[in-house]
Amino acid sequence: MDGIYDSQGGIRSNFHIILFSSNSPANLCRVTEFFQQIINGLSLGAIYALIALGYTMVYGVLRFINFAHSDIFMVGAFSGYFFSRFFPSESIFGGISVVFLSMLVCAFLGMLIERVAYRPLRGSSKLNVLITAIGVSMFLEYSFQVKLTKPLSFPVLFPTMSFTLPGGIILSSTQVLVFVMTLLLLIALQYIVLYTKMGTAMRAVSFNPMAASLVGINNDAVISFTFGLGSALAAAGGILYSLNYPSIEPLMGVLPGLKAFVAAVLGGIGNIPGAALGGLLLGVIETFVNGSRYSTYTDAIAFTLLIIILIFRPSGLLGKVTVEKV
Amino acid sequence: MFESRQNILELHDVVVNFGVINALKSISLHIKTGDIVTLIGANGAGKTTTLRAISGLVPIKSGRIIYQGDDISLLKPHQIVRNGIAHVPEGRMVFANLSVLENLQMGAYLQQDKKVIKSQMDYVYSIFPRLKERIKQTAGTLSGGEQQMLAIGRALMSCPKFLMLDEPSLGIAPLLVKNIFEKIVEINRQQGLTILLVEQNANLALDISTYGYVLESGKIIVQDNSQVLKTNPEIRKAYLGG
Repeated sequence: MDGIYDSQGGIRSNFHIILFSSNSPANLCRVTEFFQQIINGLSLGAIYALIALGYTMVYGVLRFINFAHSDIFMVGAFSGYFFSRFFPSESIFGGISVVFLSMLVCAFLGMLIERVAYRPLRGSSKLNVLITAIGVSMFLEYSFQVKLTKPLSFPVLFPTMSFTLPGGIILSSTQVLVFVMTLLLLIALQYIVLYTKMGTAMRAVSFNPMAASLVGINNDAVISFTFGLGSALAAAGGILYSLNYPSIEPLMGVLPGLKAFVAAVLGGIGNIPGAALGGLLLGVIETFVNGSRYSTYTDAIAFTLLIIILIFRPSGLLGKVTVEKV
Repeated sequence: MFESRQNILELHDVVVNFGVINALKSISLHIKTGDIVTLIGANGAGKTTTLRAISGLVPIKSGRIIYQGDDISLLKPHQIVRNGIAHVPEGRMVFANLSVLENLQMGAYLQQDKKVIKSQMDYVYSIFPRLKERIKQTAGTLSGGEQQMLAIGRALMSCPKFLMLDEPSLGIAPLLVKNIFEKIVEINRQQGLTILLVEQNANLALDISTYGYVLESGKIIVQDNSQVLKTNPEIRKAYLGG
């Protein structure tokens, strides 16, 4: 019985299933470690990807970085904590319900922030909106801190177990959950953006807001929808993150938010598949550096690599330099 | 001519300012239902601004814009489209990242009835068969002329009663310009669609229109039937190349 312990010392994982038992020779160790790090990196990166999508979508329609987005991620975690008491813990139904309700709450929060703080500034200089976004971010962080002086321990929402794959690679059910949920959300998002009327309108507004209004699109409604969509994804990210790091506090969004923002830039800001790719890549790089003997410099090395990538691809990995015909 | 016809659109003393710049100084227009009316003038005379004021893209400082008897001067662009005004902007502004089909679907954004969308799309394809050949193609990969066809087609998808075209000949091969102007006349005749045309090629514009206004520095300096304008010596000298 392998146990992964949470902050209170309780056993998180009750079952350990060995899918394939193998006596791995010593030279297989490094291969095993490599794949183990890939899996760990991807599951961290998937969470960055979920946050990065919100940055990139809002940038797509408004050409502005919503700095309060990382705090919506935090509110997602806290609303998960709040809703968890109404559902049985360690159950799939309960877990999914909590995730769904938190996504809903954050979607409304994102739309509210857009309506109250950003829409009145439409048409004023970008700098004003940017400063407002920082203000909203601080408002969320510090109004939560008024009530919460100590970090809270995030509940166990889903049943936990871990699997041993061939070669001794360990896959936890939380990682499986992160992969499955991120994949489903990405598919849903791609469907909305590519095949629904609202998604097509989002792409139209993103390309040219003036032309969009001339075909009868209400740009404000599309922008509001975009905030809702991005915030819902951040909420899902917040809960998945808290399942891995179960101590939640009002400033928990700052660093993951910053990294997700970098991931969005890395993938090509405004580009949806780019944000997902950037998030995954950042997660993997970070995990590998963390597992090496340079782990003290994790963030420094990870960010240096990103800077190098951006030197060679200034518009990001999937970002395109668009040329307009005259 | 048909003096009993009603005005579909009237501008009364419309003033538009951009900061301290006085872009439109009291513009008044009267456009009769079913006509093709043209606005000609030099660059910076205020032609594009006039169209943008009508479609709600720029706020007006004073004056009134009356469409089918209602004041629309305070409405937002998407509400004005809902009332039946379509605007093909300067530089075409097709959604280059969307397919031809998606561009046309976006043109019918406010139309809920699928049958109406289908029949309107068939009509657009009948005027511009080339668009039908390219429905899956990304709009950004079309030629300038094809993009102009798409921009007009997209505007037609909203089933407008009043269509504004801003410089449809700009940057397009001469052969295609002729074709596009023939189609504009065809749309006007077949659908009874009233058209307001802004065009740098004043000869062409006066040929297909019934009435014309000449703008200079944000003011209307001359207005008359297009045939009369064509013979006006001063207009010929300034805008028609002698």
